[in-house]
Amino acid sequence: MDFDKLSVKTIAEKIQNKELKAQEVVAESLNRAKKSQKDLNSFITICEAEALKKAEQIDKQVSGGKGVGPLCGVPVAVKDILLTKGIKTTAASKILGNFIPPYSSTVVEKLERAGAVIIGKTNLDEFAMGASNENSAFGVVKNPWDLTRVPGGSSGGSAAAVAAKITPASIGTDTGGSIREPANFCGIVGIKPTYGRVSRFGVVAFASSLDQVGPMADTVESAALMLEVISGKDEKDSTSANVAVEEFSKIKAKDVKGLRVGLPKEYFVDGIEADVKKSVEEAIKILKDAGAQVKEISLPMTKHGIAVYYLIAPCEASANLSRYDGIRFGYRSSDATSLEELYKRSRGEGFGAEPKRRIMLGTFALSSGYYDAYYKKACQVRRLIKEDFDKAFTQVDVIVTPVTTGPAFKIGDKSSDPLAMYLNDIFTLPPSLAGIPGISLNCGYTKQGLPIGVQLLSNHFEEAKLIQAGCVIEANQKEVKKVPYGL
Amino acid sequence: MSSQSQIDKKTIQKIASLAQLALTAKEEDLYTTQLGQILNYVSQLSEVNTENIEPMVTATEMLVTFREDEVKKMLTPDEVLSNAPERSGHLFKVPPVL
Repeated sequence: MDFDKLSVKTIAEKIQNKELKAQEVVAESLNRAKKSQKDLNSFITICEAEALKKAEQIDKQVSGGKGVGPLCGVPVAVKDILLTKGIKTTAASKILGNFIPPYSSTVVEKLERAGAVIIGKTNLDEFAMGASNENSAFGVVKNPWDLTRVPGGSSGGSAAAVAAKITPASIGTDTGGSIREPANFCGIVGIKPTYGRVSRFGVVAFASSLDQVGPMADTVESAALMLEVISGKDEKDSTSANVAVEEFSKIKAKDVKGLRVGLPKEYFVDGIEADVKKSVEEAIKILKDAGAQVKEISLPMTKHGIAVYYLIAPCEASANLSRYDGIRFGYRSSDATSLEELYKRSRGEGFGAEPKRRIMLGTFALSSGYYDAYYKKACQVRRLIKEDFDKAFTQVDVIVTPVTTGPAFKIGDKSSDPLAMYLNDIFTLPPSLAGIPGISLNCGYTKQGLPIGVQLLSNHFEEAKLIQAGCVIEANQKEVKKVPYGL
Repeated sequence: MSSQSQIDKKTIQKIASLAQLALTAKEEDLYTTQLGQILNYVSQLSEVNTENIEPMVTATEMLVTFREDEVKKMLTPDEVLSNAPERSGHLFKVPPVL
């Protein structure tokens, strides 16, 4: 079994055709997960017993002649912010350190129904708040391309697990770039679906008008198949959209003749490192050579994306995180003598620095006398950002941009300066605010060999266009480097 | 919104109290500086003319849909209380309120 080269689809087909056993594939994946922990720390929980039991069931179903599903026996890693019934779910926070959910998220149920085997819960920035995975209560995740660098965040563990070939695919969440940025730093594929495409039921809430679950994977095809499985209307999430789910996995890399591609001039500015610029230009050239029409466009509100996001997301977070009170579930301070003290101490001791910072910022911006100046103003500018995209999509089908200005940074480089960390999200925030989908995929490397990604954006519910263009870039990439971290 | 930061230590203490968050003295100092910096940064939004712009509060502005209000099998009381730090039968236990 050449585990490194097996895609999601190949694994499922080989297990369904009895060429491979789910148990051997899952055992290999589990071994890699365990072996990698001391170097990468990409998992908070490895579900060995549950995964092996599930794999055994799948092998039984297959040998009994049953069709299992499109993810038959595929080992997947799930960000530890999606509830898994009976399996600890922490959101990388001390406040949920011992939380064992009595039910599963819709995405987890869908994965399991499709035959996937969850081998572990991946590390993340606490409550998905961060861009480096340094904000985890369970320690930083290392980038498999360079163990002194961050994997990106907040879905850092999910990105590192795929990059290190522990699983061919994983699940992340993206509120302001948390799938696209780590995919970019780890040289893999990540899709942030349209807001509403995937159910948020059973996902620990951070900023509810922005949070979206999405796949991370070794190839565009694997990511597309995962997206197909997890998408769709869910009656348990009233914001999930009743929009038909296309067969994303059937999209093949052919040409993109006639595809109108826009390059927003505000995203190609000074400050982008030369290697990033060069790699993104190569991706654009691939699309051009495959028949796309490329033109410059303008998204003038881009520069305000960070300010808008870092008001709206903390405001929503401060409301969402008010549920952690030390009473119904989660961490409880042992020293409190009154109810109010119990709230304050449980929250003060249970939350890490970044959630506290955002609770404080959000509470301030929503407080009497400041609401209009901060929250309302940010929501108004959010509309202007969305209108920029609405206008652009009357002229083009797909927008191409860098994901970040540079490759994965060193662990510790930005962790003491929150504002510097927030600025890292400059290219991923505006699409999140507009609710549109985006894909991030590898398109080159720096001189030192660190992966660089490109971000493609489309209008609401047009993920198919991103997958199509992504397939073309992937199929025509000049060079594909092997990750130096071996297992 | 002015470019001058309105954040001082007293404000931080008030906000922490509204947020039911116990902060250490060191955290109060840190957040006084950091929130000041962040609020100075976001004050750039005052440049943008937003007259008559409807605030956008959700990412896709779809219509609210309704569903039948049906009784379904949900979690049992034991399951609901399974993560309670302290409980008494089917009740959550808290310190004395009165």
